[in-house]
Amino acid sequence: MPVNYYIFLSLILFSIGIAGVLTRRNAIIVFMCIELMLNAVNLLLVAFSKMHHVAALAIDPASTVGTEAQLFVFFIMVVAAAEVTVGLAIIVMMYRNIHSVDINFLNRLKH
Amino acid sequence: MNSIILSALWGVLMMYTGVVSRSNKAPGIMAALGAALLMGAAWLDLNGVSLAPFDLHGMLEFPPYVSGFILLMSLCLLLYVLLSNDEIDRLTGHSADYLALIFFVMTGVIIVASFKTLLMMFLGVEIMSIPLYILAASDKRNLKSNEAGLKYFLMGSFSTGIMLMGIALLYGSFGTFYTAALNIGFLALSPLTLAGIVLLMVSMAFKVSAAPFHFWTPDVYDGTPSVFTSFMATIVKAAAFFGFLRLFEGAFGKLHEQWQILTAIITAATLLIGNLTAVFQQSVKRMLAYSSIAQAGFMMFALFAMNATARQGLVLYGVSYSLATIGVFAVLAKMKDQTFEGFNGLATHKPFLALMLTVYLLSLAGIPLTAGFFAKYYMLLAALKTGQMLWLVILAVLSAAVGIYYYFRVIQAMYFKEGADQEVETSSGFRATLLVTAVIIVLLGVHPDWVIALVNY
Repeated sequence: MPVNYYIFLSLILFSIGIAGVLTRRNAIIVFMCIELMLNAVNLLLVAFSKMHHVAALAIDPASTVGTEAQLFVFFIMVVAAAEVTVGLAIIVMMYRNIHSVDINFLNRLKH
Repeated sequence: MNSIILSALWGVLMMYTGVVSRSNKAPGIMAALGAALLMGAAWLDLNGVSLAPFDLHGMLEFPPYVSGFILLMSLCLLLYVLLSNDEIDRLTGHSADYLALIFFVMTGVIIVASFKTLLMMFLGVEIMSIPLYILAASDKRNLKSNEAGLKYFLMGSFSTGIMLMGIALLYGSFGTFYTAALNIGFLALSPLTLAGIVLLMVSMAFKVSAAPFHFWTPDVYDGTPSVFTSFMATIVKAAAFFGFLRLFEGAFGKLHEQWQILTAIITAATLLIGNLTAVFQQSVKRMLAYSSIAQAGFMMFALFAMNATARQGLVLYGVSYSLATIGVFAVLAKMKDQTFEGFNGLATHKPFLALMLTVYLLSLAGIPLTAGFFAKYYMLLAALKTGQMLWLVILAVLSAAVGIYYYFRVIQAMYFKEGADQEVETSSGFRATLLVTAVIIVLLGVHPDWVIALVNY
């Protein structure tokens, strides 16, 4: 399959994520949309990695060019997991205090 | 490299300190010792001495310019720890855990200052941000702190997503993460590269709270407990700017002319929005939050100009701004009433504190004989040396004049207004550290060449 399909798919996923962050009001759903953005990037990185790797293999069969993006994906997963732990802890703490996970509540800080 | 290992290990050590020792003093002493050792480690980096052999695979680098910056940030950390430990203890009851987080943030700060690949930049930014989300939300029963934590977290991870997309697009068009390999310079940019650069700029502007991506800053800085705001607004912000400059200089320096206009617009917007909204604030803490946006506008000049002067100026600016803001916040955190009225008559009741605050505020306003003056001077000089867009420099001078108005409002309240005496408990160690901070600010105002010499070491 040409790499274009992967690019379009991951851009669509990324856009859905951004749209969700900007429009949804539930903290958990906003959080899920952020994860969607990160996973769209993971997909894109793997696709690009394969693209560069295949191109390099044609020249040198023992080449490892293009594999570093796959390593990058693992780092993104680890960081995303760290963010989940901290983020969910903050959301739980907020829920304990106000019994709601509505982002509109944040506007109370404005004054 | 020494400094990264030391600060990561010291973070772990701090957590054990909290378990082993029951005394309130121990974590503070350990943290101050750690910060002092960090200065030593950065000094060794500066002289090219490595305590252990590491193969960095060209992913990090420690030229004098970077090590000097790390050394100065460690100095700021030392003063911050000395000034804030009591307050952290009072706020949370177990300061060791929070000081450990501060050392983890410091690890991120060092990585962000020294990266050579986009992978390390991403990891550094995240190591810097994730502990900060916890610090922002550390006052668990206080709703404002909760909101600040959640807002900071959502905005921070959103901008991380944008940054990652930018990195992925750049990888698609170049096939590498090394910044030096990206810096080839094309006359015609491919859409992939262009989108990547714009996304990276947006996400870094989010991190350094430059307009139009600054909207989270006042709320987060206001809601976070003052001791931690002081850390977020100073060392972390200076490091984020340093990383911003290193990224755009290292990876896209040859394309500078193509994105320079973008930084000029961001600079102008940041200066205007920061200064004009700071004028209308009633609370000193919120005023400082907006003024930190205004100061970010001055630091943006480094990206606009991107020459040797700008590089030196950014380090000087980062240090002078951090020192002054740490000082102001240290006093502010001890005060009950944080509006301008709360400062009325402080000079008659607490003359020493008022004098120290005056020095810090003068430095923030950029009055000669303080470090802030030369910081602003170098930034404007760097912009003038490019010989382009003179209007931006004029705008900066005018907004510095606006800045004097709101900083002097505090000084005026302290010296020329009557007010009741209020309880501000300060220990002698606290007052001594305030004095040291003020002395450093004045010394740098007379000898900015010391910082420049360190950068060119």
